[in-house]
Amino acid sequence: MKKIIAIIALSTLVFSSCVEDEIPGLQNTNVSLNFKHNFDGTTVTSTDFNAIQYINAEGDELSIEKLRYLVSDVTFHKSNGEKIVVEGYNLVDVTNNENLTYVTPIQVPIGTYTNVSFTFGFDNTDNVDGAYADLNSVSWNVPMMMGGGYHFMQLEGKFINNVAAEVGYQYHTIKAVNNTDPMNLVFQDTFFTVNLGEVIVHNNSSVDVNMNIAEWFKGPYQWKLNDWHSMLMPNFDAQVKMYDNGQNVFSLGMFN
Amino acid sequence: MKEVFYILVFAVLLSCSKDDSSIVPAQYVPTPLALDIPPLFAQKILPPVIPFTNPQTVEGVALGKKLFFDTILSADNTQSCATCHAPANAFTDASQFSDGIDGVFGNRNSMPIFNAAFNYDEKFFWDGRSFGLELQALEPVKNPIEMHNTWEQAIADLQSNSQYPNLFQLAFGTTSITKELVTKAIAQFERTLISGNSKFDKYLLGTATLTPQELNGFNVFMDEAKGDCFHCHGSDNNPLWTDNIFHNNGLDAVFADLGLGTVTGDPADNGKFKSPSLRNLAFTAPYMHDGRFNTLDEVINHYSEGLQNSPTIDPLMKMVAQGGVQITTQEKADLKAFLLTLSDYEFINNPDFQN
Repeated sequence: MKKIIAIIALSTLVFSSCVEDEIPGLQNTNVSLNFKHNFDGTTVTSTDFNAIQYINAEGDELSIEKLRYLVSDVTFHKSNGEKIVVEGYNLVDVTNNENLTYVTPIQVPIGTYTNVSFTFGFDNTDNVDGAYADLNSVSWNVPMMMGGGYHFMQLEGKFINNVAAEVGYQYHTIKAVNNTDPMNLVFQDTFFTVNLGEVIVHNNSSVDVNMNIAEWFKGPYQWKLNDWHSMLMPNFDAQVKMYDNGQNVFSLGMFN
Repeated sequence: MKEVFYILVFAVLLSCSKDDSSIVPAQYVPTPLALDIPPLFAQKILPPVIPFTNPQTVEGVALGKKLFFDTILSADNTQSCATCHAPANAFTDASQFSDGIDGVFGNRNSMPIFNAAFNYDEKFFWDGRSFGLELQALEPVKNPIEMHNTWEQAIADLQSNSQYPNLFQLAFGTTSITKELVTKAIAQFERTLISGNSKFDKYLLGTATLTPQELNGFNVFMDEAKGDCFHCHGSDNNPLWTDNIFHNNGLDAVFADLGLGTVTGDPADNGKFKSPSLRNLAFTAPYMHDGRFNTLDEVINHYSEGLQNSPTIDPLMKMVAQGGVQITTQEKADLKAFLLTLSDYEFINNPDFQN
């Protein structure tokens, strides 16, 4: 019995450490975030990969062969300013249909939230080089010469270039780094907070998060794959523009 | 109480046995055997995959090792697993293609066997057609251009052997041998084949130093604007030195071997083969799924200026129109020097892995 009490006490402590300002007495629930993908409204799943069938804002025809990205620290915001931070991360792997649904590892109170948000990528506190065995195991790392830590997204495929040839692109997002001087790396943050807006959480709620892949190429910077398609990780300017374009990529879908 | 039970069981077994003590079924008291995980593996990556239906035991590994090196599994008793997976070659074959018992050659290079327990997706062979080591080991015995046996015959030979029934009793609690138990034992042995003590491992652990050339080579490996090897072949944070994923790395414009495409039936998978680990390259020549390159220099030249375009070439294969990433002669030499630091001499000389 003492063991059970100890476990309950420990569980409470762990739970409390992850949740800010939880309101006692309310019924709690896990929330499922379903990550869905489209290209300007056309649904994209792994079955649509490998065929050049999309056209970006620049008019480039392109395919998708790989898409995986990292989200972290889902946060539920209450109208009184309180928030519940769900520490943790989820590597959405569209290519292999893995982790398309992320069930919050802790429960949150049922109720109305003025906003649900998450971090695209890792913030600087979480982006610790080599710290996560599961991410290391799927080669999600960024080389130390570019600052270490982890990728935020890998979007790859082929496009038709300006001489009508199929060329590979690797739209990889990381923390922007200028490594012109290897002894003096200059960084700029490129993780960002995605605000989905108001969500009413019911018992076992399910929330759709939509990614419009076309937005990565759309604006404010109209991406020219002819100019920027490869070796983008050490390209500081490209990373900053990816960050800018990423602001409009995600939106709230259906929830119940 | 448990001791009394075992004594009774042993007494019953003795009463049923013939006078020949060599065929007295032994007691089944399997001894759990933890894998010897290298420090960097423990720090950096997920634990190994061990099926709950086939836990590692001292007896199972010992049996698996004996089977691995025994020619009894081949139809004419001339070949063992080790014939094409030699310890001195990090458990691959020094020949481009391996010949089976009838002298017929295959069309793929024998895959090295190490760190298989860390192949998290559990897809084995160059084309990933077998799920799990246990299923993988079923194939060579019956393959007509390898051991060219039947499992019925192999089991009959094992069953009539003076030693194997008792060894199966020790490992699995039965003297009745099946192909499933044979491959379970072999898989247990193969999971012990862990390589994690190369010069570069020691460098990461602070017990060895790299030469300036080796360090330069590591930078070429990790630089997306140069070698860009890390996307498919691991890094200092992924000591497997492979992603265990299937890629078309630009070997051919037209495929003589469809690789993964043969298995999935998806044309988008044509020409894709599993990324091999870059560990132990000093011992595993020739290279690529078809062993077409005899030297590391040829491999590096391929990625630098020898890429062939095709519809399924991986987007990570850059500058295909120029033939590849175009690194300099010095960078090639540096890269080669680094790659050789991933070779693990302790692994190939480990007495636990020898016949």
